[in-house]
Amino acid sequence: MKIKVTVQLKPAILDPQGKAVEQGLQSLGFKAHHVRIGRAIEFEVEASTTEQARDEAQKMCEALLVNPIMEKAVIEVLP
Amino acid sequence: MRSASGQSHYGKSCDRGPPLKVSILIFPGSNCDHDALHVSQRLMGWKTISVWHQDSELPVNTDLVIVPGGFSYGDYLRCGAIASLAPIMKAVHRHASEGGLVLGICNGFQILCEAALLPGALLRNRGLQFLHQRVHLRVERNDTPFTASLNQGQLLEMPIAHGEGNYTCDEDTLASLKANRQIILKYAHPSGEINDTSATNGSLEQIAGIVNQSGNVLGLMPHPERACEASLGMVDGLGIFQSLEHSRRLVS
Repeated sequence: MKIKVTVQLKPAILDPQGKAVEQGLQSLGFKAHHVRIGRAIEFEVEASTTEQARDEAQKMCEALLVNPIMEKAVIEVLP
Repeated sequence: MRSASGQSHYGKSCDRGPPLKVSILIFPGSNCDHDALHVSQRLMGWKTISVWHQDSELPVNTDLVIVPGGFSYGDYLRCGAIASLAPIMKAVHRHASEGGLVLGICNGFQILCEAALLPGALLRNRGLQFLHQRVHLRVERNDTPFTASLNQGQLLEMPIAHGEGNYTCDEDTLASLKANRQIILKYAHPSGEINDTSATNGSLEQIAGIVNQSGNVLGLMPHPERACEASLGMVDGLGIFQSLEHSRRLVS
């Protein structure tokens, strides 16, 4: 089963990359606000149900993929 | 730093007992390990061994582990995240839990945070840019093995060179850092004043270096090992290494 984990800095933490991109977009005339930049991690896991796949991905987030001090993650099971 | 005989001033072991035994870890992408080796071996006269990250044990009787600066694993995922999982880190955990000394410099500090040997994390610098400059640090505590030869309130001049040195932690962690007096080095202005602008990287509470609760593990973003010789322009880093030498004599 294919999993996509999107990791972003927590909302309370300043995302300087997002800020820089926001300024770039605005300098081009786009009305973009609150730009946040994250990282997408895709992988396949062996699981028979989506719950099982999600659980496994959650464990991976806790063990390595996410630093809970500064980041949060959204786990998606891809079709 | 070296006398005419070729023997380091700090390396004279006459009445000091055997030299400190130091292990310097090397990860793929470490690039300050030779600087640390030079200071440890040549200037301090310590028995120093470089240890590969795939090793599962530290050399027997290691007193001090130095986790050097660099870009371990190309800073993939997060700075220090992959290195914190290397086989040697289990041995470093054991060493620290037995009271052994650990000094993490720059990327070494990031690795120690990722390995949970120190609390908190290091974010991208406030201004986004990689900062390479001389900074001043104020010694907040001199009753640790890393600062024992220094005075409380003393200013040290050292270089920084990092993109992710902006220390952060949650409120509870900050409260416990303060309660346990774990913040031992803060970024200061050359006047000694500490305020919102003294940490150019944006570090929380101007934190430059913290110890663990028992005080035997230090992580700091500035580079003491690059500030040990007058010919390099700065000598204040020696204070950290001389403190370790000094504390060892107190213990042994």
